[in-house]
Amino acid sequence: MALSEAQLDGAEPERPERSGVELSGAEIVVQALADEGVEFVFGYPGGAVLHIYDALFRQESVKHILVRHEQGASHAADGYARATGKCGVCLVTSGPGATNAVTGIATAYMDSIPMVVLTGQVPTPVIGSDAFQEVDTVGITRPCVKHNFLVKDVRDLAVTIRKAFYIAMSGRPGPVVVDIPKDVTDPNIKIPYDYPRDVKMRSYNPVLKGHPGQIRKAVDLIIQAKRPVFYTGGGVVLGEASAQLTDFVRMTGFPVTSTLMGLGAYPMTDPQFIGMLGMHGTYEANMAMHETDVLIAIGARFDDRVTGKIEHFCPHAKIIHVDVDPSSISKNVKVHVPIVGQVANVLSDMIKLYRELAPRRDEHPVADWWSKIAEWRAVDCMRYDRNSTAIKPQFAVETLYKVTGGDLYLTSDVGQHQMFAAQFYPFDKPRRWINSGGLGTMGFGLPAAMGVQLAFPDAQVACISGEASILMCIQELATCLQYGLPVKIILLNNGYMGMVRQWQEFFYESRYSNSYVDALPDFVKLAESFGHVGMRVDQPADLEAAMTEAFAMKNRLVFMDVIVDPTENVYPMIAAGKGHHEMQLAPSLSDRELA
Amino acid sequence: MRHIIAVLLENEAGALSRVAGLFSARGYNIESLTVAPTDDPTLSRMTLVTTGNDDVVEQIKKQLNKLIDTVKLLDLSEGPHIEREMMLIKVRAERQDREELKRLTEIFRAKIIDVTDTSYVIELTGASKKLDAFIGAVPEGLIVEVVRSGPTGISRGDKGLTI
Ligand SMILES: Cc1cc2nc3c(=O)[nH]c(=O)nc-3n(C[C@H](O)[C@H](O)[C@H](O)COP(=O)(O)OP(=O)(O)OC[C@H]3O[C@@H](n4cnc5c(N)ncnc54)[C@H](O)[C@@H]3O)c2cc1C
Ligand SMILES: Cc1ncc(C[n+]2csc(CCOP(=O)(O)OP(=O)(O)O)c2C)c(N)n1
Ligand SMILES: [Mg+2]
Repeated sequence: MALSEAQLDGAEPERPERSGVELSGAEIVVQALADEGVEFVFGYPGGAVLHIYDALFRQESVKHILVRHEQGASHAADGYARATGKCGVCLVTSGPGATNAVTGIATAYMDSIPMVVLTGQVPTPVIGSDAFQEVDTVGITRPCVKHNFLVKDVRDLAVTIRKAFYIAMSGRPGPVVVDIPKDVTDPNIKIPYDYPRDVKMRSYNPVLKGHPGQIRKAVDLIIQAKRPVFYTGGGVVLGEASAQLTDFVRMTGFPVTSTLMGLGAYPMTDPQFIGMLGMHGTYEANMAMHETDVLIAIGARFDDRVTGKIEHFCPHAKIIHVDVDPSSISKNVKVHVPIVGQVANVLSDMIKLYRELAPRRDEHPVADWWSKIAEWRAVDCMRYDRNSTAIKPQFAVETLYKVTGGDLYLTSDVGQHQMFAAQFYPFDKPRRWINSGGLGTMGFGLPAAMGVQLAFPDAQVACISGEASILMCIQELATCLQYGLPVKIILLNNGYMGMVRQWQEFFYESRYSNSYVDALPDFVKLAESFGHVGMRVDQPADLEAAMTEAFAMKNRLVFMDVIVDPTENVYPMIAAGKGHHEMQLAPSLSDRELA
Repeated sequence: MRHIIAVLLENEAGALSRVAGLFSARGYNIESLTVAPTDDPTLSRMTLVTTGNDDVVEQIKKQLNKLIDTVKLLDLSEGPHIEREMMLIKVRAERQDREELKRLTEIFRAKIIDVTDTSYVIELTGASKKLDAFIGAVPEGLIVEVVRSGPTGISRGDKGLTI
């Protein structure tokens, strides 16, 4: 587990002491990373970071992974962080190195992923003079980082790096940029190195425990609830609170739904799980949201893709909201019982109190509610045409589940394929489903998968993608070859920017403006030219065997170009500005009498 | 509603731009913002005036608190407090206008701090409304230039916003 008991109590982990040695700034950077226990640095060299690259060359504890584009570095560090719960680290040069990394930084920021990004900067005496490869990295990244630093004095370097890790990992996690001018890493200026064991910051004290009075109010509401729903999000994954959540949900017997970011924190194959909610969530989850009387929101941020039109959101509910970030609470939706704290701590306290206070009863506390949910479930909202002669994307994901036995780390790009994966691959563990939810960054999937595969070299890792998304970071196929990363790329090739095409079909009278992906490369040859295995499948009957063959190649990256039905849409769908009860179902379903 | 919020910030390069960036990125109103170091040189104190409904102002305060550089924050408008703003105003002062402007200065307890044959610079401190009133009282066409500091504030009573 990434967050130890000690950290949840606010204590800092023990660190080896290494004092007295004289190091240059460049050596301090590398030694500090080693002292943080960093395994991998994802990076790309350039003038401003050459001293640091030289220091990296002369040691073995930190391994550098050379990506092929700095966006790949930030996504790979992000993927590593999402899969492990540890802090991702990347290192890029000044100017274009830093700007290339920004998309990955913003991606991590929107999903609250802990990351430390070291950027080179021009030497301090020329900062502000439009020097070669100078950009105001602190200024450019300010709106998409949890915090950033410009280190102007080598004596501040170690403590700043320690602070960066502390800030990135504690409270609501997020990326932190440390901008380091070249002269600060000068190999000829050596100072005594002392890595601080812990940092105290008077201006930053994240809340750990929830307020007992608020927890009591919440538990009282939970006990009285007639139509309760747990609405859980990425905070449960980030806060390592899967076990507590699972205990509490089972103990109460309540239904549980999750956001895209929380999938797997509660086992999705469990009958109490009613599916994802929101824009492409299940009928039963969204209807339950509409009818619920007590909504228990845990580590979720009431995103607009989840709430739909705010005026229609949970019209009958008292809302409990547990979140470590006070600014997430009552931001979009006003809540009745706010609880600020680490989700694992708050859930443990709730469980204790619930055990004390909940009356013993023979009948199921919310049996009527479950019958209602069963009616909604019977609509079978995710039905699709299983007899299609074309490969349906849903079928491809189901086959992936079958072939991998549910034991997979799956990264995703952005589009229809991402939604189909979320809907049709039930994850039973947290940190297995790795995708860009908040920023929705095409190009995330492949580099993220590299970070995951490095962290877990023996695990099955796949990247589900679309023919448009994959081209955005395709150059990372070279990185995969260099480091022997046997990622399986499952390309759901529909020949369209499917998600864009779907919106154009629904809302622009099928005027498919620039959403056809023309002049596509031959992906099989492309994979082969990068030294990997390429496969193409276009018949439903061949898919399972081909996937089985691909996953049997334990040491090879296999790029599966799966030709899928170009016209398939993602259902159900709540159009922008609609409420949960106004879902659009697949055409074959919408005529049916609904419960 | 109008709120006047006092913030103690780490006196770090860039702290001010984080606050300014926050307001523009999130589309919050900002009427004025003043900032200067305090008696403790590691701390700056910022006073900002903003308007918005209760929910928006609540979010503004949470977002300000969330900035890593923010040490402490107080919404002065939630309790009894004193507000002061300083204004320097340059006016054309010739012939009979000189007397009229001097009289106004006395009535408002302002001070004339620079004099030429044709102009005065007047200094006035007080609640922002008083400054508005002074500007309104200056006869048509005489104002050359107005500089206002934006309000600063402090709570009444013995408690202080310190660390
Ligand atoms: C094409 C596309 C379609 C999408 N459709 C949907 C959809 O249908 N349904 C859907 O749900 N999403 C959808 N999304 C994703 C959506 O945009 C948001 O990213 C997502 O809903 C946010 O999930 P979340 O609320 O779990 O928040 P996250 O971004 O995961 O935020 C986590 C919350 O938990 C808090 N937190 C973090 N750590 C802790 C801790 N230790 N203790 C307590 N609290 C903590 C944070 O402060 C934050 O408030 C879609 C995205 C794309 C790109
Ligand atoms: C970097 C970036 N640019 C544009 C978008 C807008 N966008 C969202 S989905 C999508 C189409 C994705 O197409 P594809 O990868 O083929 O996936 P499909 O929807 O067809 O499964 C686009 C362009 C985005 N999310 N990210
Ligand atoms: Mg496509």
